[in-house]
Amino acid sequence: MSAISAEETPFRRFVSEFAASKLALFGLFVFVLIALAAIFANWIGPQNPYDLAQLDIMDGRLPPGSKSAAGYTYLLGTDDQGRDMFSGMLFGLRISLAVGVGSALFAACVGTTLGLLAAFFGRRTDAVIMRIVDLQLSFPAILVALMILAVLGKSVMNVVLALVIVEWAGYARNVRAIAMVERKREYIEAATCLALPWRRIMFRHLLPNCLPPLIVIATQQVARAIALEATLSFLGLGVPITEPSLGLLIANGYQYMLSGKYWISFYPGIALLITIVSINLVGDHLRDVLNPRLKR
Amino acid sequence: MFTWILRRMFQASFVLLAMTVIVFVGVHVIGNPVDILISPEADQAERAKIIAEMGLDQPLWRQYAYFLNGALHGDLGRSFVFNEPALKLIGGRMPATLELAVTAVLMSMCFGIPLGLYAGLKPNGFLGRVIMTGSILGFSLPSFWVGLMLIMVFAVQLGWLPSTGRGETAMLFGVRWSFLTWDGLRHMAMPALNLSLFNISLVLRLTRAGVRENLTMDYVKFARAKGLSPARVIFVHILKNIMIPVTTVLGLELGSTIAFAVVTESVFAWPGMGKLIIDSINVLDRPVIVAYLMMIVLMFITINLVVDILYTMLDPRVRLETKA
Repeated sequence: MSAISAEETPFRRFVSEFAASKLALFGLFVFVLIALAAIFANWIGPQNPYDLAQLDIMDGRLPPGSKSAAGYTYLLGTDDQGRDMFSGMLFGLRISLAVGVGSALFAACVGTTLGLLAAFFGRRTDAVIMRIVDLQLSFPAILVALMILAVLGKSVMNVVLALVIVEWAGYARNVRAIAMVERKREYIEAATCLALPWRRIMFRHLLPNCLPPLIVIATQQVARAIALEATLSFLGLGVPITEPSLGLLIANGYQYMLSGKYWISFYPGIALLITIVSINLVGDHLRDVLNPRLKR
Repeated sequence: MFTWILRRMFQASFVLLAMTVIVFVGVHVIGNPVDILISPEADQAERAKIIAEMGLDQPLWRQYAYFLNGALHGDLGRSFVFNEPALKLIGGRMPATLELAVTAVLMSMCFGIPLGLYAGLKPNGFLGRVIMTGSILGFSLPSFWVGLMLIMVFAVQLGWLPSTGRGETAMLFGVRWSFLTWDGLRHMAMPALNLSLFNISLVLRLTRAGVRENLTMDYVKFARAKGLSPARVIFVHILKNIMIPVTTVLGLELGSTIAFAVVTESVFAWPGMGKLIIDSINVLDRPVIVAYLMMIVLMFITINLVVDILYTMLDPRVRLETKA
């Protein structure tokens, strides 16, 4: 155990413990790079793939490294519409990340609140919420998402909604389990004795102490959401063709793969892969750092 | 015990009923199948006739009543596209999905158990670490992309295996199966491997954890002290104990595997239930969507019910809890 200096705060200790793993730092670095590339897609990509004026259908399905009529190089080739794959991927990443991160955060809010409520009030509230959670978790995620999208039709908002509905139950179950333990601690008893309103106890006292494991779950859920969104879009049930995510780009290239034009599917797939693996690397190490059971 | 099972079955049928309402109402809110299925050149009278034939002019609650009445008689409506009973259509595609899912589960045992045994016996060796890292990939890689890569490597680049379809089939019990012909097996290899990747990782991790746990137990020490060969201790004594959780989990996973076959079937154009449901969603063939969802929901509720009942019968601790 390192000597406790005057300046050591829990946050600093967390940072130094996280930085101990080179692999996790590398994952974080890659993920930040990807996120920046997605955010600044307009400036990084040589072409705006949605601006039809910039597309030349004659440039369709060119292999990587080909020269365009306008003079620049298609680094990763073009798709059937003559879109630069590199630019298309950056914009696709933007949608994939927005949907994945957005739905995971939203599901975290819903699931955490319901999980806390279940643990805090117990009895009937607990029984009702947990029964719904059990029911939902007994069906595989892809099936629930499929059902919702079959019913609602495809749009970005519906995909987010489907992912939230799929993911909230996992948060609720985990948060309830953690909160059940925390609820019996002295500080909650003290807060109750002070006659603080239950909302304050729940969100200001109970929630902060449930956060560390919650962060780990949220990281893993972001990766899951991105993968699930890509799968749904690949099946043609996810985002509409006007807002192609990585999954849809891969689906577009699928028909050309059998004729050897691999790059339309291959590179978006690699981007998806790197994104998911980098998030998982960070999440895996976070689990080790934030898990109190693994500490001395 | 008996009343508990009855209560549990009552709950299950209530859930099923609730699901029929959700699915039915939900499916009838999306787009209008009339626009898709009737040719735009049809005049008003023709349109009205077809709408009446399909029962789409009735109020929603009456359509639901018809649907529920039909469902109880094993009739979930006719497909708008194929003009065949929806259940028959799904039933016709079911063997393809089932053989794929069962093969995938068997493959996950064939690959997962040996790899898990090795990783459990040599947890710090290089190969053991490689196996464990590989299993993380098996959990996190989107399976459709792995499927595409399999096609790219083995079908397009190397040309070893066919990329799509079921290949030649042979009849058995009045149903066509792919696993009975060499050509069918060649077609099945890639989709089954693709579908089993997740389960391989799962079985591998379970086996590894089981080996590490069992190695420290007294019965292993005793078996060694008796002078049994290490191979006998591992393959007879330890393996027997590991098989219990592995088979339980795999039995539970069969349902999810059938559900996940949707993805694999779409990638490899495998003509099973999953491919049918995706195609049906795209053309809004409502009876087929509803029938598929109902079948899957029924399947999962049955699996959960059976598992619950079996656990109660096998594990006395669960029984005590339910009585209290």
